[in-house]
Amino acid sequence: MTKATQRDLFPGALEMMILRTLKRQPLHGYALAQNIKQTSDNVLQIEEGSLYPALQRLLKQELVKAEWGTSSTNRRVRIYKLTAAGAKHLQREVSSFERMLEGITRVLAPGES
Amino acid sequence: MNHLRKLFSQRRMYLELSEEIQAHLDEKVDELVADGMSREEARQVALREFGNVSVVEEKSLDVWTWSYVENLFSDVKYGLRALRHNPVFTIVVLLTISIGIAANAVVFTVVNSVLLKPLHYPRAEELVALHQVAPGAEGLADFENGLLLSPSMYFTYAEHNRTFQSLGVWFASTANVTGLAVPEQVRTVGVSDGVLQTFGVPPAVGRWLSQTDQVPRGPERVMLSYGYWQRRFGGSETVVGQNITLDSRPREIVGVMPQGFQVVDADFDVITPLAFDRGSVILAGFGFHGIARLKPGKTIADADADLARLLPVWMDSWSNGPGNNPHIYETWKITPIIRPLKQEVIGNIGELLWVVMGTIGVVMLIACANVTNLLLVRVEARQQELAVRAALGAGWARIVRGILVESVMLGLMGGVVGLALAYSGVRLLVAMSPTNLPRLSEVSLDARTLGFTFLLSVLSSVLFGLVPALKYAGPRSGSHLRSMGRTITASRERHRARNLLVIGQVSMALVLLVGAGLMIRTFEALRTVDPGFADPQHLQLLRISIPGSLVAEPERVTRIQNGILDKLAAIPGVKSAGFVSEMPMEGFDSNWDQVFAQDKVYADNTIPPLRLYKYISPDLLQTAGTTLVAGREMMWSEIYGLQPRVMVSENLAREMWGTPSAAIGKRLRESPKMPWHEVIGVIQDVSEKGVQETAPETVYWAPLMENPFGPGPEQATRTVTFAVRSERAGAESFLNDVREAVWSVNSNLPLASVRTMQDVYGRSLARTSFTLVMLGIAAAMALVLGIIGIYGVMSYAVSQRQREIGIRLTLGAPRGHVLQMVLQQGTKLALAGVAIGVGAGLGLTRLMTHLLFGVTAHDPLTFAAVSGLLILVAVLACYIPARRAILVNPMVTLRYE
Repeated sequence: MTKATQRDLFPGALEMMILRTLKRQPLHGYALAQNIKQTSDNVLQIEEGSLYPALQRLLKQELVKAEWGTSSTNRRVRIYKLTAAGAKHLQREVSSFERMLEGITRVLAPGES
Repeated sequence: MNHLRKLFSQRRMYLELSEEIQAHLDEKVDELVADGMSREEARQVALREFGNVSVVEEKSLDVWTWSYVENLFSDVKYGLRALRHNPVFTIVVLLTISIGIAANAVVFTVVNSVLLKPLHYPRAEELVALHQVAPGAEGLADFENGLLLSPSMYFTYAEHNRTFQSLGVWFASTANVTGLAVPEQVRTVGVSDGVLQTFGVPPAVGRWLSQTDQVPRGPERVMLSYGYWQRRFGGSETVVGQNITLDSRPREIVGVMPQGFQVVDADFDVITPLAFDRGSVILAGFGFHGIARLKPGKTIADADADLARLLPVWMDSWSNGPGNNPHIYETWKITPIIRPLKQEVIGNIGELLWVVMGTIGVVMLIACANVTNLLLVRVEARQQELAVRAALGAGWARIVRGILVESVMLGLMGGVVGLALAYSGVRLLVAMSPTNLPRLSEVSLDARTLGFTFLLSVLSSVLFGLVPALKYAGPRSGSHLRSMGRTITASRERHRARNLLVIGQVSMALVLLVGAGLMIRTFEALRTVDPGFADPQHLQLLRISIPGSLVAEPERVTRIQNGILDKLAAIPGVKSAGFVSEMPMEGFDSNWDQVFAQDKVYADNTIPPLRLYKYISPDLLQTAGTTLVAGREMMWSEIYGLQPRVMVSENLAREMWGTPSAAIGKRLRESPKMPWHEVIGVIQDVSEKGVQETAPETVYWAPLMENPFGPGPEQATRTVTFAVRSERAGAESFLNDVREAVWSVNSNLPLASVRTMQDVYGRSLARTSFTLVMLGIAAAMALVLGIIGIYGVMSYAVSQRQREIGIRLTLGAPRGHVLQMVLQQGTKLALAGVAIGVGAGLGLTRLMTHLLFGVTAHDPLTFAAVSGLLILVAVLACYIPARRAILVNPMVTLRYE
């Protein structure tokens, strides 16, 4: 039981990435994992399983919705889709994250004073 | 709402999630295989990158629930299933727990109702009993109630106190009611003004007796009890204003007290006014119980000081007649020791009840130890399962909780069954009405009992659940996966908990057995005391009172009594009959006074010790089986001739004259105005107050004698107990004969207190026998539970060592040797338990010193016998499994592994 995700990411980061990924297109679990990995160029080491509790949290907050469908390999899979509330939430989160990042960057920037 | 729905569709969610995760893994495997990996390799990579599947599943589901409640819910479901799959275990555990809880709940109900609940009076905490002692008055120590109040004390206290809202005195007695169906003796309580005001319980019908009803020789008014009102007047409201004939005088009924109202501990039918006559009240006459209600903010200490201040006022205000020094009572050192009324009602039963409660509590501990043992064995058997669960990611806390939930469920189920048992138990107890338990009618299950039972169930289940939970759910349980299959011998550490439990059980059982043993010895000691009467089963008693309003002339009273005796003696099967003012242990208020001997000199300012006065007919001694130590009995001719004759008890004769025979011919009297009475007989000492108490020095007067305080009509003893010696005593047909005999002399005489001497004797032993029975039951339960505990542990230990024993036997160890080895192990445990138990017992039995008689709390015989018994039983409990072990063919054991 490694706790890699919790060590490497701040709380809510995984959810934010899922929402961002789903904003482009609805995906099923495995595709979602692959997508995040590729997009991040494998910089972020995410245990694939940790996606599922995060997805359940998002479902519970009704930021995403899920429907059973078929994958490209013809398997029965659950396909996740961003809801309107999810899109709004993502926007809020991203802007607040950007502000935070901005702050951190300023602090970390080499001294100008 | 959504959560709740999800909670119940959990199973579907779980299936969907599994399917989804499985699809995820399959996709990945397909992809990896497409990239050129072998399918097997691909599966492993997929699983590794995914993480722990079951943890992911659990975490995902957790999102939807209030996880704690959810987990608890599933633990409960799991636990129930486990219990259902193991019915023998479940039933044994449930029985043990529920019997333990039931016993505790019953005793707690009694303790709660008798000791803890407040009395049924408004603001009962303000009520006090005016108890006082007089250490300077010799002989008074025999008074159970200390020094009661005299009417003059009542007047002084009531009029001059500064600490009471109200105050009164009362006195329980009996009276005859005629004119309603058959003549009947009723229980009366005479009250002064202030008693009803102090209790503050409003009447159910009509009004209280008031000050205007306390006028001497005024209109005579009474109140009724609820029960008597229902029984004799059908609960009719028109009873107020009617008359009732009490001791042949009509009295007007002014009110009825409500149901359940008692005057302190006295049940009654009729309340009468005492109506003291101020004009003729003297200092003496200490025959009344005082009660009072404290003013708000005043303490008992304030009240004690207040009454102590009033004692000199009392001596200055009243006298015992001209020529008497009123300050003679200073030598009595009268001291008020006011007590809360509750303490007065409960008496000394509290100590007994707490001992019983403690005993039953120990039984519960032993039961818990047994259940712990069972659970330990069970958890050990489930180790593999637990280890697998731990390996699959169940947290340590989760497993501990699982075990605890299971034991709490057992505890609660046991509590429910126990409560049902307790309900019947309490009803049985009340029906048997053991001893003279005060407030017995109030004993019932209530919210507090429910709370106690619930708490007890939970606490005990945590107690017996925690040991196995902590022992086996520890982080190291992973190692059990490896060590599970084969074990050569049981490790020492694995047995430590169980061994400690057995030692604890043996020591607790020893303490209880010693307690029961001491009570048995007490009972035996009491049985060997000669109470001063013989063969009580065949001694019929009945009490008859002849009031002055019915028969005025004293001599006629005695002649009627004599006539009744003759009729009784003529009943077929009657050997003899006699009467006396009271039989031993009957518990009626007795008459005590001083007595002066002619050949002794008495200093002016002292009061000689008080002696018990009894009034006795010819033939009573022979009837009761009381031995005449010296001299002879009185004869009827002497009684009617008012000849000054008297008899004394052996201890009084020895105190005054050295030997019984020396007493014969000596003379004594009660007061200077009385002629000297010649001692003609000496009677053996009689245990008047019960066999535990020393026999009081007693003076036996004739039932008819001249007025001891000077000129005036002679005096007859109007209320006496008739004793009839017959094989038929107690039989209904015999009682009919007795009634007819009495009514053939005077049909207006009611028979009261109809019982055999055995009933009276039994009741005086009731406290001891109640304790004996309770401790006996507790000790028997402890012994059985202890045996089961030892047996269980030894069987299990032997079964664990089966392989070792097999090897030893194959290698040629003699069977006897192996047997001895196993027995030694068990005996060691028993010895350790006995040693601890003896230590604890020596400390604890001291608490029951007051309950013992004729045996010390450290009685070596009891301790030795109980220790021996326990060791013997323990060895036997080890022998059976040990024997089974050595009789098994060693090859079978070895092959089995």
